[in-house]
Amino acid sequence: MSQNATAMPRKMKAAPVSSNQDHSVHQVTPYQVICVIILVVLALLFTFPLYWIITGSFKGPQAVNAKVPVWFPLEPTLVNYQKLFEKPALLWMYNTVFMCVAAMALTCIAAAMGGYALAKKRFTGRAFIFTLFVCAMALPKQVILIPLLKEMAFLGIHNTLWAVILPTVGWPFGVFLMKQFSENIPGELLEAARIDGAGEARTFTQIVLPLIKPGIGALAIFTFITAWNDYFLQLIMLNDTNVLTISLGIAKLQAELSTDYGLIMAGASLGSIPIILIFLMFQKFFTRGITMGAVKG
Amino acid sequence: MKAIKRRENIAGYLFMLPSLLFFFGFVIFPMGMCLFNSFFNYTMTDFSFAGLANYQELIADPIFHKALVNTVIIVVVSVPVTCIFSLWVASIIYKMHDRYTSLFRCIFYLPVVTGSVAVTVVWKWMFNPYTGVLNYVFKSLGIITKNINWLGDPNYALGCIILILLTTSVGQPIVLYVSALSNVDHSLVEAAEVDGATNLQCFWKIKWPQIMPTTLYILVITTINSFQCFALIQLLTSGGPNNATQTIMYYIYYEAFKLNRYGYGSAMGIVLAAIIAIFSAMQFRLAKSDNG
Repeated sequence: MSQNATAMPRKMKAAPVSSNQDHSVHQVTPYQVICVIILVVLALLFTFPLYWIITGSFKGPQAVNAKVPVWFPLEPTLVNYQKLFEKPALLWMYNTVFMCVAAMALTCIAAAMGGYALAKKRFTGRAFIFTLFVCAMALPKQVILIPLLKEMAFLGIHNTLWAVILPTVGWPFGVFLMKQFSENIPGELLEAARIDGAGEARTFTQIVLPLIKPGIGALAIFTFITAWNDYFLQLIMLNDTNVLTISLGIAKLQAELSTDYGLIMAGASLGSIPIILIFLMFQKFFTRGITMGAVKG
Repeated sequence: MKAIKRRENIAGYLFMLPSLLFFFGFVIFPMGMCLFNSFFNYTMTDFSFAGLANYQELIADPIFHKALVNTVIIVVVSVPVTCIFSLWVASIIYKMHDRYTSLFRCIFYLPVVTGSVAVTVVWKWMFNPYTGVLNYVFKSLGIITKNINWLGDPNYALGCIILILLTTSVGQPIVLYVSALSNVDHSLVEAAEVDGATNLQCFWKIKWPQIMPTTLYILVITTINSFQCFALIQLLTSGGPNNATQTIMYYIYYEAFKLNRYGYGSAMGIVLAAIIAIFSAMQFRLAKSDNG
């Protein structure tokens, strides 16, 4: 397990070099050319929905309902955004950001500590807890929503953002991911710290944390995006207009004004563009989080 | 020796405390409650022991049968297609220059990041029988002669759902496969090429066995995701027309949160969890035997 995990980052760094050589050595075959052409077409198709959301949000009612699709809004209008901000869209946005940041911060703290303990502390019951974490990850999390709703009502936080934040933090993926990163910490370093008289807390904050920083970055961005898009959980827990998230807001717009596609696309733009930008900015961290989370012992 | 062990125990559990608290409080406890509730008549007004009545009702419920069949269709179609498609894309892009690899990886990941709600509402518009872009394009290309009500026609609705599901589920497998393929031991591939192995042989004999753990992981996560396909159904069809797109996840939502039949919903949840566990176990088995 630990061997596997330590070997990983080195290999990942080495990969681009070898793939470059690969590229220059091989002759390009017709098959490869066809593949790349198909790939480009598919890539265009994959970006089309997003293109349609963004351009749609600038189309007036006539362009939206045209029998012949208006491929590009030549007379862009802001009327959809005006209508959108007459609704509490800014509040939905604020709720969403608050929810994501809180879930992210709590997950990172809990998971960094838990992952470190699972990787480096030899405590009784460690194997059992780890197995429990892994098994829970394979279960459908939506299944537990019914009792979760009752639990939140019992705790008195139903219909507040905390009802979404707390279950997000409880999901074991974070601990699992941080365990993978903590495996890389050399045992001698921790040993040396102990001999020098550093306590557990100090060892953790001054030695462990700096070493697993990239992992925390990966987990932070991963949690942020997951929380932003976890529609089902939000749908069950949040009903009042003043606690809606942007996802729920768009769904509400669609339910109430199902044919005003311009307005709905404006909502969809507001809900997706910030998160796409965040994803693009932190893409490296994110990709690493996904790949590290998949390495099983 | 004993003192060291005790110190490790105390420190270990102190570090684990926050995550254990959240994990047991908001995952394990509700899971237990779900199992417990499934043996009760549990509604807004009623909470009485029902034994296996909920499960018996499930077995006889024709809508549940329909939902189960649809869910299995979604899984059986989308899991292999997702795996094969993402392996194909990854095997092309991992050899490219770094910049293009990450460009394509990003593009195929876009629908995931865009979020299920935004993706769903735009597809709903594209599928619209009158103003949707899909009917227009297909008619212009001569594939269809008159407008099709994609989501309102039982013959097409489930297929449309699967199509959207596919676009939102290939992102992560591609990222994983690109990383796995880049990690394949390059000297082995070169040695085989020197010995005159074809590309196909190289793939099956050398790369495939090495990316097997990744494939297994992808199979499991894609299966879980496909079983839980919910937002698409809720926002596009609400299980209609005439239950043509009813899935277990949506039916649980409908029974538990629309009709407030918590006990019955819980029983379905338990059955769904069991089915997913069986599917995952089967895939592990298959992958193990395939690997020799």
